[in-house]
Amino acid sequence: MLARRVRAKVDGFKAMRGGIVVAVVVVAALIPQMTQNQYYLGVAFQAEMLMCLALGLNIVVGYAGMLDLGFAAFFAIGAYTTGILSTKEHWSIIASIVPGVVIAVVCALIIGFPTLRLRSDYLAVVTLGFGEIIQTIAINLNQTGGPTGIYAIPALTIGSVVVNSNTGYYYVFFVLVIAFALFSTRLRGSRLGRAWLCIREDEDAAKAMGINTNHYKLYAYVFGAVLGSITGSLYAPALTAISPASFGFSESLLIVMAVAIGGLGSIWGVMFGAAVVEVFPEVFRSFAQARLLVFGVLLVFLMIVRPRGLFPERAFQGAGTRIRALLGRTKIASPLLVAADAIVAPPTEDP
Amino acid sequence: MVSLLLNEIGNGIFLGAFFGLVALGYSMVYGILRLINFAHGDFYMVAAFVSYTILGAVLVGHSRGQWWTVLWVGILVMIITGGLAMLINQLVYRPMRRAAILSLMIAAIGLSQVLENGVLVTPNWGATYLVYPVTTPAAGFNLGSNHYTWGQLIIVLVSGLLALGVYFLVSRTLLGKAMRAVSEDRIAATLMGINVDLVIGIVFFIGGALAGAAAVMTGVYYGQIDYLMGFTVGLEAFTAAVLGGIGNIGGAVLGGLILGIVQSIGTGIFGAEWAIVVAFGALVLMLWFRPTGLLGERVARRM
Repeated sequence: MLARRVRAKVDGFKAMRGGIVVAVVVVAALIPQMTQNQYYLGVAFQAEMLMCLALGLNIVVGYAGMLDLGFAAFFAIGAYTTGILSTKEHWSIIASIVPGVVIAVVCALIIGFPTLRLRSDYLAVVTLGFGEIIQTIAINLNQTGGPTGIYAIPALTIGSVVVNSNTGYYYVFFVLVIAFALFSTRLRGSRLGRAWLCIREDEDAAKAMGINTNHYKLYAYVFGAVLGSITGSLYAPALTAISPASFGFSESLLIVMAVAIGGLGSIWGVMFGAAVVEVFPEVFRSFAQARLLVFGVLLVFLMIVRPRGLFPERAFQGAGTRIRALLGRTKIASPLLVAADAIVAPPTEDP
Repeated sequence: MVSLLLNEIGNGIFLGAFFGLVALGYSMVYGILRLINFAHGDFYMVAAFVSYTILGAVLVGHSRGQWWTVLWVGILVMIITGGLAMLINQLVYRPMRRAAILSLMIAAIGLSQVLENGVLVTPNWGATYLVYPVTTPAAGFNLGSNHYTWGQLIIVLVSGLLALGVYFLVSRTLLGKAMRAVSEDRIAATLMGINVDLVIGIVFFIGGALAGAAAVMTGVYYGQIDYLMGFTVGLEAFTAAVLGGIGNIGGAVLGGLILGIVQSIGTGIFGAEWAIVVAFGALVLMLWFRPTGLLGERVARRM
């Protein structure tokens, strides 16, 4: 009896959540129909791009719990590969995504392999350095156009459709955001995703459970790199010109902020965070210089008050949830697991 | 060729003296909190600006400062920066002592943004390069075909003395023993009656003070400062700390010297614009072959 009522309530919640999701998607899809203001469309498109990047970084930071401070490097790799191949070798934009992804994966392996064996904070610094290296290379090589970068990148063509307006790219990135979000959701529930969550919550316990933590951490880093590179490849034709200035530490920092503000691991949180990070500075344009200061203060304050961000993924509360993550959807042990949750105190985050 | 190499090594030792001082601060904080304090490079930057303002005020009407003016301003700035580091620890890191390392690092990055942009929006500091009010005279001595000024020599000596001082503090005094105890096991240290928060605060103070000293010497030597100067130096100092073995006092200094020399030779070959690539190349190679650093203790991972 009780069980049935609980189930009905859960189904109700699920239906409501589904309704909200559909409503948000429909409203977002209609934005270009509501305004023709190119400035708003530009901001909206930039927000979508940041969402894509944040969803990519979320796999590394939110799922696997590793801090990557050079994520813009993969974004740059995608953008530059597409930029160079499409202007100098006349590749189509779509085709140029593939070599971008390959280069990004190779770089991720080179950087990730030696670093991921160590404490996660080494990764933060090495990735930071990697970001700087990629930017330095972009500034100093002739092939990448030096400090001015690459311009006159041809438009994206899908079949016979040429995408060459803000509205067009808004929809391209709209599809990309949805694709990345679905991909992330599916990934999270997969064996890979569950392993990541275990590693994030307690690396030693994960190891004891037989998870090869080094391998899984490397996978997370590589997956992040792939999503970042794809976003970059589509970003290049959208802006038609790219320069090293767009791929510096401040860009990496914005992506980290999007993930950290929204909530580590939560897809909706991350997308919300990206929207805030993009729109907030536009709203406060008049304080041009002070806005990063305000941002920094907010970030520090947020980390003190809510270390996992505004809307974190439902936090793992205790041993039971941890074990549940390992087992997946098995129902057998659930009463035991609930008991385990109750006995093992949740990790206290605020004193 | 050999003399050219010797010159680069000479420059490298000089550069390494700066790296070593900043690296010491990184290394000590890491040793005690296991936290990479991303804001550390920015302590150094803030110190440069504070010393700029104080020296500017003190030296009104003088064309060039006396060495003792620079000395006492330097000491004052060390105290101010140390205090700032301690204050920041108290305000930000202390409330977060139980938070996940990821949240701590994100807070540290936010903090670094706050310091950089805070300096950026402060009147009279701002976004442009500032010319430091004191410079070193060009007089000096020749070694090989390179000319070294007395100022450079003094900088290397002062850095060495400060590093030695820290070494003695940590290895020979009761306070140092307390630091090592806290670093080893915070709970056990608390049970032994050590005031853990005070010890951590003092470590931040020392780290900040060393960064302050490095900043004054940078200003005097290079003659210009800007609000982003802490970012690169912070990265390089961290690299130095890892090269030498993070958490290890001697390692930080050794790592600083080695990184200075490697970077000097590297930029001699590839050009100055590749400096940061050389530094990070060295870091990644080091992590491949000897992740604990040159002098790093083989720390067993606690289960």
